[in-house]
Amino acid sequence: MKLTTYTILGLLTFYALVMVTSAVGIMNDYLLRIINLMMINIILGVSLNLINGYTGLFSVGHAGFMIVGGYVAGFMTTLLFGITKDTPYWEALPLFLLAIFAAACVSALVGFLIGLPVLRLTDDYLAIVTIGFGEIIRVVFNFITFKKKIGNWELDIGGPRGLLGIPPLSNFTIIFLFTLFTVLFIRNFVFSRHGRACIAIRENEVAAHMMGIPITKYKVMAFVLGSTFAGIGGALLAHFIQLLHPTMGGFMNSVEYLIIVYLGGMGSISGTIVAAVALTGLSEFLRPIGELRMVLYGILLVILMLKRPGGLMGQREFLFLLPERERKIYATQNR
Amino acid sequence: MLLKIVNLTHFFGGLKAVDDFNIEIGPRQIIGLIGPNGAGKTTVFNLVTGFYKPTMGKIFFQDEDITGLPPHVITSKGIVRTFQNIRLFNNMTVLENVTIARHYRMQYGITAAVGRFPSFHREEHEVEEKALEYLSIFHLDSKVHLPAGSLPYGQQRRLEIARALATEPKLLLLDEPAAGMNNAEALELMHLIKKIAEEFRLSILLIEHQMPVVMGIAERIHVLDFGKTIAVGPPEEIKNNPKVIEAYLGEGALE
Repeated sequence: MKLTTYTILGLLTFYALVMVTSAVGIMNDYLLRIINLMMINIILGVSLNLINGYTGLFSVGHAGFMIVGGYVAGFMTTLLFGITKDTPYWEALPLFLLAIFAAACVSALVGFLIGLPVLRLTDDYLAIVTIGFGEIIRVVFNFITFKKKIGNWELDIGGPRGLLGIPPLSNFTIIFLFTLFTVLFIRNFVFSRHGRACIAIRENEVAAHMMGIPITKYKVMAFVLGSTFAGIGGALLAHFIQLLHPTMGGFMNSVEYLIIVYLGGMGSISGTIVAAVALTGLSEFLRPIGELRMVLYGILLVILMLKRPGGLMGQREFLFLLPERERKIYATQNR
Repeated sequence: MLLKIVNLTHFFGGLKAVDDFNIEIGPRQIIGLIGPNGAGKTTVFNLVTGFYKPTMGKIFFQDEDITGLPPHVITSKGIVRTFQNIRLFNNMTVLENVTIARHYRMQYGITAAVGRFPSFHREEHEVEEKALEYLSIFHLDSKVHLPAGSLPYGQQRRLEIARALATEPKLLLLDEPAAGMNNAEALELMHLIKKIAEEFRLSILLIEHQMPVVMGIAERIHVLDFGKTIAVGPPEEIKNNPKVIEAYLGEGALE
């Protein structure tokens, strides 16, 4: 109970600290942007960890689902509702939340449509299909130029130019709350009979099937849940960086989320959070050396994989991230 | 009749792995299934538990046709098996391994799990109690929070049986439970199997290579060779059956 109280206090302090320091100008916009980006990467990393880390599937198309969510939400707020950066925030907020919800639903649907046929097969077909999906999404958004007239403005989702002029609706509070929601949701899912079923499938698919677990159902469930949160992350990202570009859904972006998951540790929410924060911070920190940072990135990864093949955290969790029952167990086994 | 298999035949491409296999298992019977390597014993298990769909033949469980149902449905009907090569969830704790077996009996949905509703806490508490009961029968209660993969071999075998029993089956299929054990361990296991069959009112179909084990507990033995059933009968009869000896020792061995 005590640790839970401390965790809540810690989160509140973090929130208050960021709010206050950015309000009085100690924290500059640049730093705040990095913090926001870290949190969005946490959402995407943790949701991918549910698919790849906990359930043992191999999705390589996470950015694809992200961009689907991004485009759905971006289209709704920018084109459908006609929200601009001058729209009063409290007027725009409910519509923004609606757009996020829609983004989550569409990403879930796309995840379901892709997952259902592919996950009935036992081998690693998912990797191939999700690579293909990411590329298809990129090409599709390159080609769609949906045109719509609002007043004198003719708007379209841009095709290869990208969707521009998305209102900056993702502020620190919104992103913070959604990150909290995502982490809590996935943690509670993982530490339940459903999450156990997913982990059992990862550990031994045949035995899990024999123990009465409908494996296709749980694979699809994990995949759809992960895709849903990717869609939410995409919606937040779109309204944060204020533009969407088809290439953002491509393979290389998916690889970035894969790196977050594998660096942090497959099957560790804590690891994903650490890795998301570290990698986002690192790539900002190394910005002065330009493209060379990708080289450094690669070297760093190779070293880490050699030294800690299970990722930074392996399958361990920070105590404060665990539900109470598991926390007690961890305390007794000190692994 | 608990399990009834009629004319079960299975091909792997052109290879007839199981050829016209028939068996009837009543309640609370222990039946042995023996034969040389590659005789098709494990294939029979895979067919009964739904991992393979038979080319021909029918499988009835409690007078219900279960041919071709997927494994998790067959488990929920009351048939469960262990594996020749141990298949535990190595990175999960001993306790979690057993709670997985109770999964299909649990009710709470995703919303209850994510929202930590009272039904979640109640069922999780119940399942833990139940799992601990099974673990204590197999003397694993001091190891509950250790990763299953860290247990020594013999305990892993016991855990696999405990996990299978936790699904509350009516028919337990054991695939070489004494594999890799010495005689003393095998005999101990035999007593344990006998005990659980009585305690849980189970029927058991047992594949075993260690003859003392299977001869000691099976009331009837089916002998397979190249997919064909070459002998059926009580242990005493099987022991002296020339066909069986020939299958094991090779043609002409008796001359």
